[in-house]
Amino acid sequence: MAFIEPKETFPGSIYTVTLGTERTVTFGGENVFAFHGFEGKIPHAPVIAYEVQDSLPDDWPPAVHDIYAGVSGDPAAWAQFCQDELRAQAIALRLLSTHPDRGDRSASHAAKTVSDVLAAISVPLIIIGSSHIEKDAEVLVAAAEAAQGRKCALGKAQENNYKTIAAAAMANDHLLIALSELDINLCKQLNILITQMGFSRQRIIIDPMCSALGYGLDYTWSVMERIRLAALAQNDAMMQQPMLGDVGIVAWKTKEAQAAESEMPRWGSPERRGIAWESMTAGSMMMCGAELLIMRHPKAVASLERFSEELAVQEAG
Amino acid sequence: MALTGVQIFKLLPKTNCKKCGHPTCLAFAMKLAQRQATVDACPDMSEDASQTLGAAAEPPVRTVVFGTGAYACTMGEETVLFRHEKKFVRPTVIAVRIADTESDSEIEATLRAVADSEIDRIGQKLRIDAMFVENSSGNSERYQQVLGMINASAPEVPLILGVHDPVTAGAALKQVGDRKPLLYGITSSNAERMAPVAALWKVPVGVAGRGLAALSELTQKVKSLGISDMVIDSGVRSAAGILRDNTLIRRAAIRKNIKSLGFPVITFAGRDDAMLEVLAAMLGIAKYSAVVVLSSVEQWRNLALFTFRQNIYTDPQVPMQVEQKIYTIGEPTPESPVIITTNFSLTYFIVAGEIENCRVPAWLAVMDCEGMSVLTAWAAGKFTPVKIAQFIQGSGIEERLTRKELVIPGYVAILSGALEEKLPGWTITVGPREANALPAFLKNRNA
Ligand code: B12
Ligand code: SF4
Repeated sequence: MAFIEPKETFPGSIYTVTLGTERTVTFGGENVFAFHGFEGKIPHAPVIAYEVQDSLPDDWPPAVHDIYAGVSGDPAAWAQFCQDELRAQAIALRLLSTHPDRGDRSASHAAKTVSDVLAAISVPLIIIGSSHIEKDAEVLVAAAEAAQGRKCALGKAQENNYKTIAAAAMANDHLLIALSELDINLCKQLNILITQMGFSRQRIIIDPMCSALGYGLDYTWSVMERIRLAALAQNDAMMQQPMLGDVGIVAWKTKEAQAAESEMPRWGSPERRGIAWESMTAGSMMMCGAELLIMRHPKAVASLERFSEELAVQEAG
Repeated sequence: MALTGVQIFKLLPKTNCKKCGHPTCLAFAMKLAQRQATVDACPDMSEDASQTLGAAAEPPVRTVVFGTGAYACTMGEETVLFRHEKKFVRPTVIAVRIADTESDSEIEATLRAVADSEIDRIGQKLRIDAMFVENSSGNSERYQQVLGMINASAPEVPLILGVHDPVTAGAALKQVGDRKPLLYGITSSNAERMAPVAALWKVPVGVAGRGLAALSELTQKVKSLGISDMVIDSGVRSAAGILRDNTLIRRAAIRKNIKSLGFPVITFAGRDDAMLEVLAAMLGIAKYSAVVVLSSVEQWRNLALFTFRQNIYTDPQVPMQVEQKIYTIGEPTPESPVIITTNFSLTYFIVAGEIENCRVPAWLAVMDCEGMSVLTAWAAGKFTPVKIAQFIQGSGIEERLTRKELVIPGYVAILSGALEEKLPGWTITVGPREANALPAFLKNRNA
């Protein structure tokens, strides 16, 4: 009996999304699981954005903090460094200092930061609040206005604040990142609520909530696989958005990325450990379907880019 | 392919003699179909029927074991493509490659690194599981010399023998055959000569073919040569190739019941770039490789890969958890603090580890929250003041204390007021948020 390769095709496909105006990035558009180019089409590679914060990254471990030592006091300079020196395809600005526990800076201050950063870069910008429900609703509205016309991704909209944030994204021509917490039903529900406001379902990016290697990665993994299965196999229009992996923040918070070798002598080099933690967390997200990743360490980004290329080039079989 | 109860019934003697312990043949057939009975329970079954039923009952991915004793590696038995459907059962074997062209001192260093690779993570002891010993020199004497070194200093680590010459393989098996190594092995050009060597020593083989069609033919040929325990390699080394072939092999075995590909898969992750290698190994672990072979042992990489494997192979329905009880850390006294947390394994081992590190004796009260982390349990209403109070009061700890102080996780500081009400006589102290701040916190508190 001749062997027939059990390839699979699906009725559904993922929406294609473009961010930015001057220079742009485009992702999504595939009709198969991540890197299954052998049985379908994958028009775009995943996009990696470098994370920039609006305040000193004093809780980043030295291995990654040191890279930005000269620029991390100024978000615009930091973003420009990522674009020009690190060749970032996109920048993700986290407005962390607006959080009531992290400085409580005002919405207008955040808007100013956004304008400054946008003036310094031509690559697309992703604008992320501090994940404080009430404060984000205020801050992201101001940020959306400051970024009008630049077609950014704005987030994260959650169950309890999506209305204001989605309205601001719509009014200022941005895309919206919708965060739900590791639950496929809540994810779909949030997308439905957002589209019921008249927001285009093709302009949403799903954040299923990233968890780090060793710290809940297994949950994120399966939620993402299930979301993608629903999008492709069940052709569910409310699950066909591209997905985001907000990797750096969770990966570098782990003990494995932080502990000195003197503290954990059996764990080996802390720098490589940290880079591996970020690379593997990001690699996991990418293999489960994330098209957009937010990362911190240039070496982790470089590894992931090479891995993504290696996964995309089909050998003659 | 799994048979239905009616299909099975047609193969049975239909005498309803009840010797199988079931009232009728049909009832027995139904149990067989649900895998709640085994074929051998019916003594009167025809040879043909028992073969057909036996084959149908075989797992879609064959069970293959190499190595002996406590460290033996069991592979196969997987039944799904996605881990949310059902737990992945046989964690990928992580092996390191040793080439006999390396110098003795290089090989010794690898052997030491393997021996020293054990890491404890959330209660599991994890280590490099096996060694892939490659006859790169093509020289049989050198190969035996290297196996001699391995016999002397790593007698228990399961071995994969990377040998293609039957004579060298025979000599090697004389040396290490009793360790039941995996003989990797067989290609289309040496199958006839290699199979008898493997059969003589009763060892499983690695079968390498170029592409899935050729591989599927080759496994059938090896089977016809009398060998059933195989591990397969389709020859791909690139990430795209590994993902494609491993996916197609797993689908063929599980969805199409293609027996000629129903074997565990071996993947070679070796890369010049160590970071790229860790990602290639990750791909293998996630996407169906039964064995992943690394080019070297590095502690940081072991930690990352062992952790990843734990994540992928954990039961998606049941979080890893520990028993609810009051654990003692050091030798706590009636004056020592009671530190409370949940019974999620990860949470418990992190918190217990930090307290042990700082050598402050304490009572660690671990509360059953169905294996949820502190914040998850709180959000799910399992870690509430009422339930915590019930647990503490029912645990008997109060009789052992003269000073009743309960330290709660910083992330649930919000519980402290209500807890003070529910636990009269107790002082409730809010600890730090992250466990890694616990040592400083406990030491200061003692001073
Ligand atoms: C994985 C995960 C899940 C998994 C469950 C994992 C598990 N076994 O518990 C699943 C998917 C099932 C889940 C479900 C939910 N989750 Co959840 N989940 C997570 C996630 C990503 C990681 C949790 C984890 O494993 N943490 C690691 C462990 C080790 O942390 P820990 O137990 O808190 O321990 C740390 C500290 O607390 C401290 N510590 C522990 N004990 C002690 C004791 C003392 C004395 C001290 C001082 C310190 C200390 O040490 C540890 C390390 O520093 C977190 C987000 C995050 N990054 O934390 C959300 C999170 C906990 N989940 C959240 C929510 C809301 C939920 C749901 C209610 C929502 C939903 N999607 O349905 C459900 C509830 C469960 C249910 N009804 O079934 C929220 C909680 C929000 C809040 N503040 O209340 C979080 C924080 C997500 C968020 N908003 O960012 N979740
Ligand atoms: S022992 Fe066999 S023949 Fe007898 S009832 Fe059971 S299935 Fe039928």
